[in-house]
Amino acid sequence: MIPELGHFALIIALLLALTQAILPLIGAQRGNLTLMAVARPAAQGQFVFVALAFGCLAWSFLHNDFSVENVARNSFSQLPEIYRFTATWGSHEGSMLLWALILGFWTTAVSVFSRHLPDDMVARVIGIMGLVSTGFLAFLLTTSNPFLRLLPAAADGRDMNPLLQDPGMVIHPPMLYMGYVGFSVAFAFAIAALLSGRLDAAWARWSRPWTTVAWAFLTLGIALGSWWAYNELGWGGWWFWDPTENASFMPWIAGTALIHSLAVTEKRGAFKAWTVLLALTAFSLSLLGTFLVRSGVLSSVHAFATDPARGAFILGFLVVVIGGSLALFAWRAPRMLTGGAFNWFSREAMLLANNVILLAAMGSVLLGTLYPLLMDALGMGKISVGPPYFNAVFVPLMAPALFLMGVGPLTRWKESSLPDMVTRLKWALAIAVATGLLLPLTLKGFNPWATLGFTLAVWITLTVLIGFRERLKTGARLTRLPRAFWGMQLAHLGLAWGVAGITLVANYQEERDVRMNVGDHTTMAGYTFTFQGTTERMGPNYRAARGTVEVSRDGKKLFTLHPEKRIYNASGMPMTEAAIHPNFFRDVYVALGEPLDEEAKSWAVRVFHKPFINWLWIGGLMLVIGGFLAASDRRYRIAVKAAAPAGAAAQGA
Amino acid sequence: MKRWLPLILFFVLVGFFAKGLFLNPREVPSPFIGKPAPAFTLPLVGQPDKTFSPADMKGRVWLLNVWAPWCVSCRQEHPVLMGLAQSQSAPIVGLNWKDKEREAAQLLGQHGSPYHAVPDDLSGRVGIDYGVTGTPETYVIDKTGVIRMKHVGPIDPEVWKKKFEPKLKELGA
Repeated sequence: MIPELGHFALIIALLLALTQAILPLIGAQRGNLTLMAVARPAAQGQFVFVALAFGCLAWSFLHNDFSVENVARNSFSQLPEIYRFTATWGSHEGSMLLWALILGFWTTAVSVFSRHLPDDMVARVIGIMGLVSTGFLAFLLTTSNPFLRLLPAAADGRDMNPLLQDPGMVIHPPMLYMGYVGFSVAFAFAIAALLSGRLDAAWARWSRPWTTVAWAFLTLGIALGSWWAYNELGWGGWWFWDPTENASFMPWIAGTALIHSLAVTEKRGAFKAWTVLLALTAFSLSLLGTFLVRSGVLSSVHAFATDPARGAFILGFLVVVIGGSLALFAWRAPRMLTGGAFNWFSREAMLLANNVILLAAMGSVLLGTLYPLLMDALGMGKISVGPPYFNAVFVPLMAPALFLMGVGPLTRWKESSLPDMVTRLKWALAIAVATGLLLPLTLKGFNPWATLGFTLAVWITLTVLIGFRERLKTGARLTRLPRAFWGMQLAHLGLAWGVAGITLVANYQEERDVRMNVGDHTTMAGYTFTFQGTTERMGPNYRAARGTVEVSRDGKKLFTLHPEKRIYNASGMPMTEAAIHPNFFRDVYVALGEPLDEEAKSWAVRVFHKPFINWLWIGGLMLVIGGFLAASDRRYRIAVKAAAPAGAAAQGA
Repeated sequence: MKRWLPLILFFVLVGFFAKGLFLNPREVPSPFIGKPAPAFTLPLVGQPDKTFSPADMKGRVWLLNVWAPWCVSCRQEHPVLMGLAQSQSAPIVGLNWKDKEREAAQLLGQHGSPYHAVPDDLSGRVGIDYGVTGTPETYVIDKTGVIRMKHVGPIDPEVWKKKFEPKLKELGA
């Protein structure tokens, strides 16, 4: 009964989405206020019914209703309750329903926080989001219905993929989707502006907080995904350039470029066409990511849906949404007037350079991700593109962007003086380069990559401090600085922090694979690891060999780690559960490999010493907080009716 | 013209995606195709005193299906193989791969065996010789003992009709 209720709610939601799409858009075109007024209630109603459908599915999972095929395939009676709940979006169907739910959430948020916007703008934005929603709900109902019954019911489920049974996976997908789908707001604003022909500073100002919040969620989602991979995959890596990761990273880069470009459009009225194109690109890449992961065109850990019917539907949907919006852009672009002129050395120029570099970096990731597909489609053989390509192309591309990141916020709009800038920054540059050169010498000798990483991290940190000092010199008080400024500085500092962490862990980590018998020990980075054997342990839905590894330093016992090798009952899948002892300066990481003899006395054990790896997540968290802080700036909360560019005041860009 | 560029680029990508939908990214051409099937001699599951060797099949077109009791996709494939065994199009040899829990005999007893023989590759060594990347994988081997085709992933009725039937016909099974 409950699953049928969910199915029915989904059908009503589709009808409401159609209403939400068609009537307000017609109303906005004809200037009919009654039709435009349909937008808000239709959007909110749609959200209620999608939420109802989602609730019904979650109920079926929590109550182990194995007569629902999706539950039988993706859950298991012994699965702990929290994972039974997250299994709701662990499958293809469920994750698409989560997509639709979050889209409904964002649309409802727009309908609530848009009181000060013109009616036709609101009607268009909500209408466009309704179109997107229609596509997703139709996709769910026609090819990916999560409520299909299985008759006769299965006795028990096949269990959730053990890889997904991790605390990180509980919130990673919702956060990631909050980001992906959040870009639909910026997208809808851009389309609405193209349709109405009103591409002005007010439009950029409305888009900015939405874009920044979506970007912050996406950042959080990616950081959680990386943290999950580090904890769960047992290889000690935190980023694999896997197609699924790239699918989330590309919209992130485009979104980063968009945030910066929107700043220029708002303050100076420049880069309009470019900003619109970025808004379309960011959301298009989100959709593309969904397509790549869900259609099975690229194989990957997550690509569990390999059904051409689904792929064909999403591809058709992409053609309509992306193709349609790019065609609209091409048609309307000539009407966009470019804003004020600027000098080659100005904040506009710096942000333009940042945008070009970011887009080039995004293009390099896109090329690497799609290259195997392109070669295969051209009949030129099967190849795969791995980390060596991405590291070789991406890192050198990002280095100049990070350097400019230090300069950009300190330059003035319109025109800035280069000699003056040199005077202000020469000490920062000297200290950064000196640290970059000297620090590796004190560690393990000269290393160009470490030098580059340290120099950039110190450079950004110092320029952020200079930014604060120069603001304070003009008489502003620390607490009175706008949140947008704080947000920007915090995010930039977070990136510096992350770069420092990446540099340290990439260049100075130690790793060892050893065969260990009970009582054997190995020493690494000053720590002595003593293997004390394994014991059998029964988990709720798995059995595990639980290892005990004692870690000591200079003969003093520090702590004990318990890595596990699990076999999941329903699927029989083996899983490595690494044991990690973290602190601010390093992680000690132990993973069990395979037993090397019949009695499981001797094991292949992998030990890592990972210096400063946690700085990565700390830096990521600072990016997220910075984003939310910037989006909560006071000037977004006061009603903006007229299109009034805020002049050249050096606000946080 | 410049403003149409994003749209044009996008449609080029769409062309590739449309093509990509009908390609299988997991399917890697096996270097073993056209080469003689590597020789081995392994004990049979449940009858350790008897052995199986590819040489036993000389003169027949046969299928080597690599499976394991712990493999979920293999269970999905099992009913399809049962149907094929009944139609007697070609004998299927089920290489039991890395079955450390020793569950194969019990499982086949319970659900029925589609196999002509079930050699037991406990160490996984034979799997390595054949370039097995995962289970299930199925090799088509001709009358002279040469590997003629390899399929990665479970066999479903459609795959059977499109890939296996024409190949078997060509080889005169």
